[in-house]
Amino acid sequence: MHIIVCVKQVPDAKDVRLDPVTNTLAREGVDSIMNPYDRHALEEAVAIKEQQGGTVTVITMGPPQAEAVLREAIACGADDGVLISDRAFAGADTWATSYTLANAVKTLGAFDLILCGKQAIDGDTAQVGPGLAYRLQVPFATCIQKTRKVSSASIEVERMMDDGFDVLRLPLPALMTVVKDINEPRVASLKGKMKAKKAEIRKFSAADIGADPQCIGLAGSPTQVVRVFSPEARGDRKIFSGSVEEQVDQLVECLKAYL
Amino acid sequence: MDYFFTEQQQMIIDTAREITNEKIIPVRAELDEKNQFPRAILQDIAKADLFSIFVPEQYGGLGGGCYDIVLALEELARGCVGVATSYAASALGIFPVMIAGSEEQKLKYLPDIASGARWAAFGLTESNAGSDASGIRTTAVQDGEEWVLNGTKQWITNGGESQIYSIVALTDPSKGARGASIFIVEEGDPGFSYGKKEDKMGIRSSSTRELILKDCRIPKDRLVGKRGTGFITVMKTLDMSRPGIASLGIGLAQAALDEAVLYAKQRVQFGKPIISFQAVQHILADMAIQLEAGRALVYAAARHIDSNPKNMSKASSMCKVFATDMAMKVTTDAVQVLGGYGYMKEYPVEKMMRDAKILQIYEGTNQIQRNVIGQELNKEYS
Repeated sequence: MHIIVCVKQVPDAKDVRLDPVTNTLAREGVDSIMNPYDRHALEEAVAIKEQQGGTVTVITMGPPQAEAVLREAIACGADDGVLISDRAFAGADTWATSYTLANAVKTLGAFDLILCGKQAIDGDTAQVGPGLAYRLQVPFATCIQKTRKVSSASIEVERMMDDGFDVLRLPLPALMTVVKDINEPRVASLKGKMKAKKAEIRKFSAADIGADPQCIGLAGSPTQVVRVFSPEARGDRKIFSGSVEEQVDQLVECLKAYL
Repeated sequence: MDYFFTEQQQMIIDTAREITNEKIIPVRAELDEKNQFPRAILQDIAKADLFSIFVPEQYGGLGGGCYDIVLALEELARGCVGVATSYAASALGIFPVMIAGSEEQKLKYLPDIASGARWAAFGLTESNAGSDASGIRTTAVQDGEEWVLNGTKQWITNGGESQIYSIVALTDPSKGARGASIFIVEEGDPGFSYGKKEDKMGIRSSSTRELILKDCRIPKDRLVGKRGTGFITVMKTLDMSRPGIASLGIGLAQAALDEAVLYAKQRVQFGKPIISFQAVQHILADMAIQLEAGRALVYAAARHIDSNPKNMSKASSMCKVFATDMAMKVTTDAVQVLGGYGYMKEYPVEKMMRDAKILQIYEGTNQIQRNVIGQELNKEYS
């Protein structure tokens, strides 16, 4: 079974600060980490590999330093890593990113399963996974909380819902995005770290994946960021107490004031 | 202080640190409260290859030395000495096989220990044989192709949780210590069972249990080393393992110092953070001095042992005594710095103080260690 895991290098949320003047992310001196949801996607891929056999390939689109997350993934059990990097990819939104990733996946050849984190903690869009599935024309499911059964032909999973979960069976090849409840990611092993240090990371440029220059980077991105800002903290909160009925009555009274 | 670790040593430290921060610290209070064995954490430790550090490369390990184990243990003990003890006990339990075992025994057991698929334990202590280990009464009698073991082992770390046990038994009771041998007993062997599980003051997540051998029959090839050489192997095993206990004291004292300094910085009394008072600063300074002195001694002893010296007993005992007495003092002082809060279970330092006490007792009390050091001095100056 060939499993591909898409990972992203993001700023460590513990250190995130906004520049008060420009309202953009202050990246200087901020550590970069593997997107936390992607760690769960990787763990699930490695667990499926350990059970089913096969290989796990990790891919990431990003600047040259994103190679670090690929090595981290190899230390955690992935077999190899591919860095999709080119100045032409800069400024990509989710539409251009999913195009780029799809071309990279096609370049890699046949696969059985693609795993992604539910979303990245920097952009928070949750669009790249589904977008990639659309580009590759494979079935997908999002917010997977459990893998129930895997065979060479299909995968049975639980999709987290507000009020419980759905049980889905997807024919392979397919794509799924995962939530944190799916597993506890392992700590990178000593032998894994030694292997990761020596591993050769393959590099794909825009030309290597046959990308149309109009479909990648800023040129291929219909989304334009107009302004980034921190929402103002709202101080006017109210907490109701009493029985549910009493709380609803109080809420209705409150809302009437805005009518 | 920079100890100029090699790249591989730094990798070991980082890996153990991740286990401690991600897997141990979040659950240590609950494990302590519930007296619960940290099975899942040991599996995480296995997946991270930390069990392979102390196993030679030809048997699937990383071939690390005493220094490497000490570094891993120090980090794990910073999280919880109970968990770190459970990990260390597997090393202690398999050292006799590494020291005196046959090639067949090494091939049979070491790969599983390295991968963490099976854990080991060391069975020496009995109700009447603690500091005086030569007082053991467990016997092993040969019966054709088998050995038959009878006796009860007490306070065995990892008892009931490990699958492989190194058991010290008398093969020639008339010869006393010179009549002892070591045997490998496996979980499930006929006549082998577990007895009383202890309820302890500290290191409560570790399992401490009785092992009962009642006409326990094992194959002839489970004898480790030559018949009658058991006590020599026991002494070599303990020489190798004591710096590990010392490093538990270092990790524990580091954790206590960290808690004490952070608390002293944020606790305000008389209008100031208490760290601004000299009375508190001096306690913290003494904690830091003792800790760093202990660490330097443990690392030096570990390097000495890795150089394969003729005699390692004195260095091994000295670092065990100093680091564990230090840990008792530093954890007690940490509780003092936190005052009333330190005495409460909401803060981790009371557990650290309870955990520290055993370090002065197990793997040879600190009084026995001083005997060893004294005897070595007597020999050196003769």
